[in-house]
Amino acid sequence: MNERPKSAPKPELKPVVNESGIEIKPLYTAEDVEQNGGFGFLGKPGEYPFVRGIHPLMYRHRPFTMRQYTGFGNPVQTNQRFKYLIANGQTGLNVAFDLPTQIGLDSDDPLAYGEVGRVGMAVDSLRDFEIAFEGIDLDRITVSLTINGAAPQLIAMFLAMGEKRGYDAKQLRGTAQNDILKEFIGRGTWIYPVQPSIRLVGDTIEFCAKEAPKYSPVSVCGYHIRESGANPVQEMAYAFCIAKAYADDVLKRGLSIDEFAGRLSFNFNIFGNIFEQVAKFRAARGLWAKIMKEQYGAKEPGSMWMRMIAGGGGGGLTFEQPEVNIVRGAYYALISALSGAQTMALCCFDEAYTIPSEYAQRVSLRTMQLLTDEMGLADTVDPLAGSYYVETLTNQMRRKMEQTMAEVDSQGGIVKLVAEGAVQSQVSAQAYAMQKDIESGKFRKVGVNRYRVKDEEEREVQMHPYSEADTQMQIDSLNRIRGERDNVRVTAALARLAADARAERNVMPAIMDAVKAYASVGEITRELAGVYGRYQEPIRF
Amino acid sequence: MTSRSDRRVRVVVAKPGLDGHDVGAKVVVRALMEAGFEVIYTGLRQPPEAVARIALEEDVDVIALSSMAGSHVPFCQKLKPLLEQAGLSGKLWVIGGNLPKQDHDTLRALGFSGIFPTGSKFSDIVTFIRENVR
Repeated sequence: MNERPKSAPKPELKPVVNESGIEIKPLYTAEDVEQNGGFGFLGKPGEYPFVRGIHPLMYRHRPFTMRQYTGFGNPVQTNQRFKYLIANGQTGLNVAFDLPTQIGLDSDDPLAYGEVGRVGMAVDSLRDFEIAFEGIDLDRITVSLTINGAAPQLIAMFLAMGEKRGYDAKQLRGTAQNDILKEFIGRGTWIYPVQPSIRLVGDTIEFCAKEAPKYSPVSVCGYHIRESGANPVQEMAYAFCIAKAYADDVLKRGLSIDEFAGRLSFNFNIFGNIFEQVAKFRAARGLWAKIMKEQYGAKEPGSMWMRMIAGGGGGGLTFEQPEVNIVRGAYYALISALSGAQTMALCCFDEAYTIPSEYAQRVSLRTMQLLTDEMGLADTVDPLAGSYYVETLTNQMRRKMEQTMAEVDSQGGIVKLVAEGAVQSQVSAQAYAMQKDIESGKFRKVGVNRYRVKDEEEREVQMHPYSEADTQMQIDSLNRIRGERDNVRVTAALARLAADARAERNVMPAIMDAVKAYASVGEITRELAGVYGRYQEPIRF
Repeated sequence: MTSRSDRRVRVVVAKPGLDGHDVGAKVVVRALMEAGFEVIYTGLRQPPEAVARIALEEDVDVIALSSMAGSHVPFCQKLKPLLEQAGLSGKLWVIGGNLPKQDHDTLRALGFSGIFPTGSKFSDIVTFIRENVR
């Protein structure tokens, strides 16, 4: 006899709170939507406030671009990997640079010892761009450069390479990450102090608005702030505060918002709870449109679009049982497709170990292709719209983002908080709390704090080989260029650059001249650092 | 005079080389402080000479590196003689981060007795330091 008594009490439900601090109910109804703002801020896809997507037909018109983060060793090796990915159906490129390039050092700089070509492709001069993109049709394949501190040089190199190949800069598309403020929060490839760093971002935006109007000079990243410990609401709120700081710098130069806002783009993370992430993106899309329209007076719809790459997800992948990361990656890709991303990329399953193998890259690419070709994710716009749960959460998330942005402003603004290291401390404290929750099992991670297998550390992952010979090849090539180029022209270009920096003129024209004369990344950085100084990191943790 | 055993264990946590991924280093700093150690965090981009200098100046018992970008072996090859010249051979050298298994023997041979790859627990690091610090 195991009959339950008729008046059995309801089971006690443990409260569920998402990472953004919103309590999640076991059931949502139309009433929840009504109580949280209704459908009033939804609109149609392609219309303000763009919650449902920035284009009316979204993927039915054009599927998201697939753009795996790729680059290692020297430009010859990276060019081969680019061609492999394109041959496998990849529709864009996302270039990884090594750390010396990212912080403005030449490959033969003593500080670059042991780091050349290790986490990305080494670049010293325009010659390296010529080699890396040889044989790649820049009309068909758009290129995203993951570069920040050294972005002015590398944007110039990309445009100069395009011109040499016969492309019109006015028509050339592409994106640079070029979001230096988030580098002070996470990722760490800063070079100059905070203020001149923002100024340089402004220079690139202003220059591109005039000379390369289809090029996206900035991709503002909530991504790395999230990786550093921010929750999904903070990820978007801090990114928007940062984007506003850049917009404010450009407006001071006399440009109107509609002259440049349409080329601002974003880079966000996709790990975590599926519904929270989808709501995050929908909420943020509406919020950015509202900010641009109401606070900045934008008139052009394009200025209000939160164009984004939603990808990566590295913070959610695990060292333990790496093959399970393939499945995690598939769910993350689903999040991105359900969220109306313009571009997608996925961290590879072996990425906690090594530079991804060709095999791992192909698995990530196939994961994205499955969504468009087999799973129907490209058929219908914003398929989760109208869900009581998702719409309620979307409204709740947007309000939380607005609150967080207001808090930042009330504390003196994002530039001040970043310069002081306050944002860094805040997200780092959260990262520590999260790590403790993972260690205690309070925050569940499959294969990490539950469902572990024996001999966890024995894993078959193909390690990416690092070769000293490839480094030497890069250094030899740099030395050859230094010998062959017109050094009088280089010296003159660098002198003009320093003069323009001192006079607070836009430095991009001088950088264009310098890179066309084959001045190196390191030489240009030294000139700018001579004027701007170098950043001193506040030691906070 | 305070004897060696009376004072708290002092640890320098350094970010070697050009790597900017400091989430791990910073959470370990917090965990070590919570465990009662005195911690000096160097911040990013420390060349080998700076790590050795700070370790000496701060009179630390433990030298801890956090490396995520793959340059741990060439860095430690340069750091080892500098630490030895500074008379820090007797200190506890540990390293954590993205450290492939194939490199562990090399790191041990370079004097790093504590190796904590991604996935290590705070308690493992703390226990190792308590048991091995001299």
